[in-house]
Amino acid sequence: MIDRDTVLHVARLARLELSEEEVARLTIELGAVLEHIETISRLDLEGVPPTSHVIDVTGALRADEPEPCLPRERALESAPEVLDDGFAVPSPQA
Amino acid sequence: MMDLVELTAAQAAAAIGRGDLAARELFDFYRDRAAADELNAFTWVAQESPEAGDGPLGGVPLAVKDLFCTAGVPSQSGSRILEGYRPPYTATVVERLARAGAPLLAKTNQDEFAMGSSTENSGFGPTLNPWDRTRVPGGSSGGSAAAVAAGLAPWAIGTDTGGSIRQPAALCGIVGLKPTYGAVSRYGMIAFASSLDQAGPLTRDVSDAALLLMQMVGARDPRDATSLDYPGSVSLPARTDLHGIRLGVPTELSSDGIEPGVLGAFAASLELARQLGASVETCQLPHAAHALAAYYVLAPAEASSNLARFDGVRYGLRAQDATDLLDMYTRTRHDGFGAEVKRRIMLGTYALSSGYYEAYYGRAQRVRTLIARDFAATFEHFDFVVTPTAPGVAFELGAKTADPYAMYLNDICTVPASLAGIPAISIPNGMAAPPGGGKSLPVGLQLIGPAFSEDRLLSAAFALEQALGFDGRAARR
Repeated sequence: MIDRDTVLHVARLARLELSEEEVARLTIELGAVLEHIETISRLDLEGVPPTSHVIDVTGALRADEPEPCLPRERALESAPEVLDDGFAVPSPQA
Repeated sequence: MMDLVELTAAQAAAAIGRGDLAARELFDFYRDRAAADELNAFTWVAQESPEAGDGPLGGVPLAVKDLFCTAGVPSQSGSRILEGYRPPYTATVVERLARAGAPLLAKTNQDEFAMGSSTENSGFGPTLNPWDRTRVPGGSSGGSAAAVAAGLAPWAIGTDTGGSIRQPAALCGIVGLKPTYGAVSRYGMIAFASSLDQAGPLTRDVSDAALLLMQMVGARDPRDATSLDYPGSVSLPARTDLHGIRLGVPTELSSDGIEPGVLGAFAASLELARQLGASVETCQLPHAAHALAAYYVLAPAEASSNLARFDGVRYGLRAQDATDLLDMYTRTRHDGFGAEVKRRIMLGTYALSSGYYEAYYGRAQRVRTLIARDFAATFEHFDFVVTPTAPGVAFELGAKTADPYAMYLNDICTVPASLAGIPAISIPNGMAAPPGGGKSLPVGLQLIGPAFSEDRLLSAAFALEQALGFDGRAARR
């Protein structure tokens, strides 16, 4: 089942910092939810194909023609930090 | 003097069309009501009336769930991680409806990133049910449902991933429709689970739902690769009987875990359907029992991938004084996401992690195939499948927040149609007392049809609605 190390491993994969209290709570909650979900492991699914889009779609690609895109200044409008016309991110060398 | 709040959206549009009512007067009337909202149904209300247009929807203002991007207007998907975010573009469906004459009145509260069945997971506080303010309005489109039920907006749109339009519609005593997957463009909807998310109307009656849906479907949107050219059309319903209609009642979704009051109202409406000329027989959806489990693999898995974009770089919240990039990512996400969103990101990441993909996501997609086949087999003998929409009436605030799985069980009747990608509508089905006794609360009836059967579905729902004669006035006082 789910233990503390698994929770910490998954949190790292999800780029999510968790408090000690959250780790403890999620260890219990995820275990409980997964127990319900396990019911599908008992189904015989031999030869059953997976479904992603339930309506058959073919030729969903649009024509590849250039058109105006979002202007740079609009794309940067909501950025927490802008540097040299781009998105700024923290750097250990800064 | 017209009592504006008692007009349906279709009636208001007709009054505007006749010249008996000015679109601006209606907008101002609803803007004032929305601004005085005591239910926390809104996250933003328009300051100014728009220029009058002349589209087929007549200028009747629309409330829009927070997660639809609206240029220059806060679009936060109920999350603190997007607090104050004003996107540079507008969702296709909001644009289409504005062009058709339904201008933006307000943005509505919701569960964070549409994850929830009560609107208690909003980063901006819970919405209250207008029938009883100690109870939830359902969710995740709880703000839209409460606003329409309380007469704070003439009509609204929401999104449905596993029941997020239909369940709050049921709990608030209004109509909610989830269209066929692909019928409505998802462009500009802040994504939760991309293979399931679908926008639809929340309205006071079935005619309003048809009127709004007509303008939501149409030619496929080149900006949403999963959208489809809508075959056929949607018309205003007029049918008053159900002669020749075969209704199937799945034994799997009409007994276990459903409150006695809800079952009582359901049985009474089946009898009414018979009187209207329908045949009502039991049908089987043998894999429906596994729908919830499959859904709670697929939806969190897709969500964990979709929500990777909230990393503090391009928009929204950023944790300050980070030591490096990774530290900034992990702390931003810790600070910005609420408990349910973290739970689902963790569940989804686990299900997609190395060694588990086939056991969870792969299997859940195969279960999805079985459920779609169950429905296809049923529709060979039945026109529609009918079930209660939600297993209970509106519950008290806080009643299910401590037990995630108890909350997930709210979706038990709505998730199967979501997995099958087929349309389903919830209509008011009278009132029932909660299990502990007390004041009666609205109940919903769900009709599920084959892909692209919206027109027939609305028509049958209309006949039932006329015969049921639900009175929603108490919630608008």
